[in-house]
Amino acid sequence: MKRGRLPLLAAATLAPCLVAGALLAQDAPRLRGPEPFTREQAAPPVPRAVTNDVRVRRNYPDQPPLIPHAVDGYALDLNANKCMSCHARRFTEQSQAPMISVTHYQDREGNTLGGLAPRRYACLACHVPQAEARPLVENRFRDMDELTEPERQSGGRSNR
Amino acid sequence: MSEADAASQSAGRKPVRPPGRIGRAWRWFRGLTVVRVALSPASTLSLGFLTLGGFMAGVVFWGGFNTALESTNTTRFCVGCHEMRDNVFEELQGTVHFTNRSGVRAGCPDCHVPHEWTRKIARKMQASKEVWGHVFGSIATRDAFLDLRRHLAESEWTRMRANDSLECRNCHTTQAMDLSRQNPRAAAAHERFLFSGERTCIDCHKGIAHRLPDMSGVPGWQ
Repeated sequence: MKRGRLPLLAAATLAPCLVAGALLAQDAPRLRGPEPFTREQAAPPVPRAVTNDVRVRRNYPDQPPLIPHAVDGYALDLNANKCMSCHARRFTEQSQAPMISVTHYQDREGNTLGGLAPRRYACLACHVPQAEARPLVENRFRDMDELTEPERQSGGRSNR
Repeated sequence: MSEADAASQSAGRKPVRPPGRIGRAWRWFRGLTVVRVALSPASTLSLGFLTLGGFMAGVVFWGGFNTALESTNTTRFCVGCHEMRDNVFEELQGTVHFTNRSGVRAGCPDCHVPHEWTRKIARKMQASKEVWGHVFGSIATRDAFLDLRRHLAESEWTRMRANDSLECRNCHTTQAMDLSRQNPRAAAAHERFLFSGERTCIDCHKGIAHRLPDMSGVPGWQ
């Protein structure tokens, strides 16, 4: 190969990548807002947590229930699990909080244990608190009932 | 006529027996020059000098004592030792008791030293154990601190349970607590456990200013 062709080849390889990158960047939802990521911006204010203690309907049967209260400063580490101070079976009477699901007593082999299975210890991995925040991108989620029994849905969207 | 003579005359018995060990020690003590001078009236100093001088000396001593007491009762003094600065003070800084919307701050002594004088002095005397710990390095390293954390936390929980969470109540009083302004869940819990006197603050609010130790076996935790 001659030396003169190398820059040409490099340009020919690089150009489609750059073009593709630009096109894909156009399609990706701009979660950070209109400013390019190279420019530093002030962080948006932390939204207020929803603390009304009203149970939120699940969007599908297997959805981990959402947390309708603030969890700021709750210990959740190797030493302590604050969630379990209310949601453990033996504390539900005094706390009037829902008990952890029976599925949380089973380990990955399906053996039922005497307490919370270690793999279920990190509550916040699945259960999340809610905040008064506007969605960053449009949400086109459709409720399961709407798909399975469209004729029984009055006016299409009824999940809100 | 002394009492002993009178007693011997009336009873018709032998005069007093020689003084015992305690009596001799007492006489020796009263015979000391320092004690004799201290107990005899002043011959050259005026009464005015003694009373006013005593008053002034008292003011200086008491002021100095209180100043020293107060200077050891500040967050700055506490974090002067690396054990406090690198462990517990570091953890305090992320919590609501350190920074919050209203700008009130609770420092170390606000929660760990009683404000009332007698109890404060008692706590200060107990704190000599902490000086011992610092000198001999019982929590000199992070690992040593983590190993002892449960023990340290337990002693604070016990102390606060014994004084009905006095240090919490220096700011958070039940009289000033408006349940209608609280989250319903919090209000119900406070009404049931706090206002009934069934529990005190620390029974539920553990680890609010520092990280928790291993909580296995602590009531209310699992």
